[in-house]
Amino acid sequence: MVRRLNRREALAAGAGAFAAGLGSATGPARALNDYAEQIAKFTGGRTPVEGRVKLELPELAENGNTVPLSVAVDAPSGEGAHVQEILVVAPANPNARVIRFRFSPLSVPEASTRIRLAATQDVIAVAKLSDGTFFSASRQIKVTIGGCGG
Amino acid sequence: MAETKPRIRLDKKEVRKGQIVDVKTLVSHVMETGLRKDAAGKVVPRMIINTFNCEFNGQFVFGCDLESAVSANPYFEFKFKPMESGTLKFTWIDDEGVRIEAAETITVV
Repeated sequence: MVRRLNRREALAAGAGAFAAGLGSATGPARALNDYAEQIAKFTGGRTPVEGRVKLELPELAENGNTVPLSVAVDAPSGEGAHVQEILVVAPANPNARVIRFRFSPLSVPEASTRIRLAATQDVIAVAKLSDGTFFSASRQIKVTIGGCGG
Repeated sequence: MAETKPRIRLDKKEVRKGQIVDVKTLVSHVMETGLRKDAAGKVVPRMIINTFNCEFNGQFVFGCDLESAVSANPYFEFKFKPMESGTLKFTWIDDEGVRIEAAETITVV
């Protein structure tokens, strides 16, 4: 027989869970994976320059299972260097790599999708241009309930 | 895999040359991460769509390599500039090599 919580206990448990949620939401972004190596592999060891990449994520995701993500790169499409690829990594996910977008001179360097995030962290996007330069952006997102299926 | 038709939406199907077309795609897939355990405690093997490609008249336009961190029923939005009339072909490929395909036509006026 499972004893039902009375109202006072239920409220206390709820407050506790809420506090725990806040704690994890404000805690530091933890790196649990090889995201730095994944970026290095993507750039061939070159350090990406911060800027030109616009990474959009909500500030807070209550459910880490479907988090809308948009990336765009401020680069001329058509003539000159165009964006070839954008790699998105999540330092606090079980696996660092999230997605790699591939572009062509026909496409506009902009894409959106929905991703899974395990915890609060700084998501990083790195763009590779056809002239061999790399640009990056990072954005912090607070995740209340992780979405990587434990 | 459940055979459901992918959903594709173009913001316009008739464009002027070089005008930007916004493409939204949605396909049904569990995107099993390979990290989850079933009720018996056994790891459910990874089963995701790992590749998406879009071609226009046989020329590569946009694609992506997916990892298990892409949500179930993968959604993509991208933009491209058709320079001629033609057919956009979409292909999704999962870990078992199953291909899901779709096509849309665009007219340049």
